[in-house]
Amino acid sequence: MAVTTYSGAEQYNFDIVKKFSVMALVWAVVGMFVGVYIASELAWPFLNFDSPYFSFGRFRPVHTSAVIFGFGGSALFATSYYVVQRTCQTRLISDGMASFTFWGWQTVIVLAALSYVSGYSQGREYAEMEWPIDILIEVVWVTYLILFVGTIMRRKQPHIYVANWFYLSFILATALLHTFNNLSMPVDLFSMKSYSLFSGTQDAMTQWWYGHNAVGFFLTAAFLGMMYYFVPKQAGRPIYSYRLSIVHFWALSFMYMWVGGHHLHWTALPDWTSSLAAAFSILLLMPSWGGMINGIMTLSGAWDKLRTDPVMRFMIVALSFYGMSTFEGPMMSLKEVNALSHYTDWTVGHVHSGALGWVAMISFGSLYHMMPKLWDTKIYSQKLVEWHFWLATIGIVLYIVAMWISGITQGLMWRAFDEFGNLQYSFAESVAAMMPFYAMRAIGGMFFLSGASLMAFNMFMTIRQGKRESAALEAKLAAKMAHA
Amino acid sequence: MNFNFKHEWIETNIGLMAVLTMLAISVGGLVEIAPLFFIDKTIEKVEGVRPYTPLEQRGRDIYVREGCYTCHSQMIRPFRDEKLRYGHYSLAAESQYDHPFQWGSKRTGPDLARVGAKYSNEWHVQHLVAPRSMVPESVMPNYPWLLSTKLDISDVAGRMKALRKVGVPYSLTQADYDANVAKFGETVAKQLHIPDAQKNLVEQANFGNYDGDRSGISEMDALVAYLQVLGTMVDFSKHADDAFVDNR
Repeated sequence: MAVTTYSGAEQYNFDIVKKFSVMALVWAVVGMFVGVYIASELAWPFLNFDSPYFSFGRFRPVHTSAVIFGFGGSALFATSYYVVQRTCQTRLISDGMASFTFWGWQTVIVLAALSYVSGYSQGREYAEMEWPIDILIEVVWVTYLILFVGTIMRRKQPHIYVANWFYLSFILATALLHTFNNLSMPVDLFSMKSYSLFSGTQDAMTQWWYGHNAVGFFLTAAFLGMMYYFVPKQAGRPIYSYRLSIVHFWALSFMYMWVGGHHLHWTALPDWTSSLAAAFSILLLMPSWGGMINGIMTLSGAWDKLRTDPVMRFMIVALSFYGMSTFEGPMMSLKEVNALSHYTDWTVGHVHSGALGWVAMISFGSLYHMMPKLWDTKIYSQKLVEWHFWLATIGIVLYIVAMWISGITQGLMWRAFDEFGNLQYSFAESVAAMMPFYAMRAIGGMFFLSGASLMAFNMFMTIRQGKRESAALEAKLAAKMAHA
Repeated sequence: MNFNFKHEWIETNIGLMAVLTMLAISVGGLVEIAPLFFIDKTIEKVEGVRPYTPLEQRGRDIYVREGCYTCHSQMIRPFRDEKLRYGHYSLAAESQYDHPFQWGSKRTGPDLARVGAKYSNEWHVQHLVAPRSMVPESVMPNYPWLLSTKLDISDVAGRMKALRKVGVPYSLTQADYDANVAKFGETVAKQLHIPDAQKNLVEQANFGNYDGDRSGISEMDALVAYLQVLGTMVDFSKHADDAFVDNR
């Protein structure tokens, strides 16, 4: 065996980071395409084509799983493996385990999508995967935990960097939530069908404890880990306040787990539970905004980057949307507001201001920072990054404005009375009133999808350029060696 | 005692950090979920609520399979407009045999918690096959395959056994059956007896003829049977208006 020389490529396992980064972009395009498609089905129902496979009810979980677990999940695996190696200055403890998490996770997404369209679903939002897929997720996740913690244990310096706290919290919480929310009884060992262990009220509370913390940990804590590494890196400045990160971390981890019940205001869930959840939702505003301030203020002294650096702009806009959604959320968890907003498109708009504005934008920013480094080159086209930024921003604004209008309109129409004390509108009239906003939302989604597609193209060209450059470099070296 | 806490201890010890994080994230769920299993008032005691018949349960499986919950809720809130539009607010007891719950989170279409017995079977069949022929404004997909697909009844007993394992009082033994007779009456108890599951399903489908076609049992039969029972189990005329206020 030849003695290998010391270099960056051997010091870190970047191969796994590359794989997950590429898949993050693939799932972004696929998942957002399905999103635009189902949004269009609501505006133009003929698009369901009388086919079980494309009907909204089966297709919607394909969208949510592909964007949350496919795009978001792959982006998190990629960045967490990158960050943990860089900040601990050590290689992942096992290439085999890393590779297993990659293939395992991709299999999960593909199986999930195929199973939904074939009619297998647990009927639990964001946890529609049936039990065999759930078991695979569990195995992949435990491997991920061991790999992540094991790598931290091998770190070269005493301190564990802040970003890793958030990733750790996300991995632990996801394991906990996934396990308890998916407890179910299969019909038999060869049947994909299962029934949840809990029923009715207890089942509802378990599901929304899971559901809201899929947002809280999968889509927030983890992406904050991303933020705590990539924002300071891209800005070239240290994080604004270390003390604030400590408060942010513990308060967020503790409080998020209490808030799920606000999805069940005015339902058959006992009042004490949803009121308690609402109280914590309001408290949660403080750590959330603490985190936002910590991120945005990191740029102080380098504000000019907002003008010159489109990647930085992605990150700062992401933080702004984070602040906006984490204000809107507590407001919607107030019982009086919730009475109007619940069951309407307002909720859908709120989710997307978080998912598109915060999660997707911070991921785009981080991937734009990381991918050229991985392939040792520069971004193929800064111009396309600019284009992506504006397409994405316009897309989000169209989307959430449409949903605000339609949501509040729906809520008001449902509760409107005429002068005789009868309901003023039939339900069907409220559906008809939604049509222009459903179309507007679909168009907003198309903008966002176009941006993501431009990014996929840009990164494809960046990778090709990186490969060509390193091939040229190697050829040059080989030529030199031959001359010597 | 000189206990001078430094956050640095946690920052430099991954084991300690993992344990403390686990503690921090466990409290919320423990405090809010665990008591729901022990506080008696959580689920009202109310007469009439029973597990689904085999045919209704198969219909419910189809409801879950098609993702109806992505657009329809089954949870009426205690508001004046919802009472007028949908009926009495939903009780926890009414979904106590629902594995999984289908309260939903979105009303792209109307709430279905009390849709049972509001429309005829013919209306439901026509509406499911071609919603816009009944409600021109509707954006619901067409579900023609429900009518053309034969209902798979081969594993209905297996499904009921699985539900029995998670706590639904379907009966396997004579003792179970007798207990059900005492609790639900004989007519209902017969429907809940697993050894007769297939026979009961076929009988109900033939008798009800939900899809209007006597030649066989379609998925439409099952789904309509399920929709027609939704919200009809509790007779609210027997209860005072504020009978359930304490449970909310």
